Amino acid sequence: MLVEEIMKTEVITLPPTATIAEALQLLQDNKIRHIPIVNDDYHVIGIVSDRDVRDASPSILLDVSDNQELENEIQTIMSSPVITIHPLDFVEEIARVFYDKEIASLPVVSNNKLVGIVTEKDMLYTLIQLTGTHVQSSLIEVKVPDVPGNIPKVTEIFGKRKVNIASVLVYPYKKDPKFKILVFRIQTMNPNPIIQDLREAGYQLMWPNNIPEPKV
Amino acid sequence: MMKNAAFIFSDEFLRYHFHEEHPFNQKRIQLTKELLEHTQALNSEDIVPPRMATDEELSLFHDVAYVDAVKRASNGKLQEDEGAEYGLGTEDTPIFEGMHEASSLLVGGSLTAVDEVLNGRANHALNLGGGLHHGFKRKASGFCIYNDGAIAIKYIREHYNLRVLYVDTDAHHGDGVQWAFYDDPNVCTFSIHETGRYLFPGTGNVNERGIKKGHGYSFNLPIDAFTQDDSFLETYESALRSITHFFKPDIIVTQNGADAHTFDPLTHLCSSMKIYERIPELAHELAHEYCDGRWIATGGGGYDIWRVVPRAWAQIWNIMKSDTIATGILPRTWLEKWQPKSPIKLPQHWHDTKDAFPNIPRKAEIEEKNKKLLTHLLKYTRVQSQ
Repeated sequence: MLVEEIMKTEVITLPPTATIAEALQLLQDNKIRHIPIVNDDYHVIGIVSDRDVRDASPSILLDVSDNQELENEIQTIMSSPVITIHPLDFVEEIARVFYDKEIASLPVVSNNKLVGIVTEKDMLYTLIQLTGTHVQSSLIEVKVPDVPGNIPKVTEIFGKRKVNIASVLVYPYKKDPKFKILVFRIQTMNPNPIIQDLREAGYQLMWPNNIPEPKV
Repeated sequence: MMKNAAFIFSDEFLRYHFHEEHPFNQKRIQLTKELLEHTQALNSEDIVPPRMATDEELSLFHDVAYVDAVKRASNGKLQEDEGAEYGLGTEDTPIFEGMHEASSLLVGGSLTAVDEVLNGRANHALNLGGGLHHGFKRKASGFCIYNDGAIAIKYIREHYNLRVLYVDTDAHHGDGVQWAFYDDPNVCTFSIHETGRYLFPGTGNVNERGIKKGHGYSFNLPIDAFTQDDSFLETYESALRSITHFFKPDIIVTQNGADAHTFDPLTHLCSSMKIYERIPELAHELAHEYCDGRWIATGGGGYDIWRVVPRAWAQIWNIMKSDTIATGILPRTWLEKWQPKSPIKLPQHWHDTKDAFPNIPRKAEIEEKNKKLLTHLLKYTRVQSQ
């Protein structure tokens, strides 16, 4: 999946000469946590987070009349250079960026201009979609040898029962690298016929379908 | 004079029938009714026939376009590709002739139950034909076409303006009803179910709490697969008492699915008949304590129709009518009539024998996890009630 499919295209921005007070107001009004700072050509020259703004604001313990710091220009506290991504990057790739750089928001830049933004939250939501938990479904985990040709054999069983698959995940079997676990979310309330078919075909099922007692 | 309880029933309930191999089978209502008749707990004066729900009543919750699609499916006039959009014609909810009428009668049964109670003819009412909690605004799913629970609650809100507590003890999450009132602070929903990690529909996490004005009025207790009686009842009773105290409802609507039993083929919970005695006892007690007795109960899931559902559902009526559960041996006449028709040996007693109490690996872990969930849920009832 591409970044352009999940990014927000209406981005709230500020020019470098805006005040910290304006940034504070914008963060609160829009319930956002990051503001890209752009110049007249819409080039991203910096970014501020709610934390940067908070750190620059006077302590609530001090005299409230001293609000001088809030009148400073935002470019005095913005982070720069900014890590940006491209609309054609993969969601998997940017997950890696979020993980490695420990940041929570990535401006999307194309031809040097800001075209969108992806937050960590947007990305997590996309990953939730990939796991299929957002549609009504039952889950079945099948342990298979890590050799080619197993997924088509298993999915043929779902097809024969006319049950739609909401998502498929494949992950390594920790205890033995010669095996993989296939995780299926299938759109039925009655997975029993499929479980029966899988057992009869000799597949090993994982919890909670793997114990002899109490429900065989 | 006001009766203790009304039993909503018609043979026509059995027309809600997908096909012979489908796990959802309304014969269980007939089995329950006869079990009660054979113990003299139910007589003809207790029975109130259901009415049909009108189109207007169905549209209290469902989209007109969806009702229209069901009607066409009912007459064999819905194209296959059209059905997919509405969840009609799937493995779970296949199309059958007369499905609109059969489904409307189940809804009408729940509305009749509401009217019996709120027009002062009975303290409690039981519609075993209802409890179809997976029905969505414009989609059939999980064996459910029209969502009688959601419609009945909308009807109560519209005509009687009462605050409703909906309690769902089906082993599957009561998602359709939860989403119907997710932003409504006058309807509090509480569902205890097997965790959605493996089981349909997958939702019902403890952090699903409602949105907007309805935030804080949706509760979920997704207990672990293979949970047994003690852990089920400990967490359920504690949660239900706290939620009822927090919300202080005017009326309680319960969905009494009977699929958390060890014998049930569709779920991984491992309860015995014990929970099916305690669940109606608690509803009864709390309805009298908070709601002047107003309590509507419906059926729901339950796929071991021979060994589990008749006994479980009969106890709801026993509590409603006389506030006592039945014990001892099942009536011989009932066993003699139904044993030849049952593919499996029928139980001889109201209580379970030890084959319903299997050894559970990781039992201690499961109980600990459930306790943690309960603590999580109770946090919300405390904060809110301050």
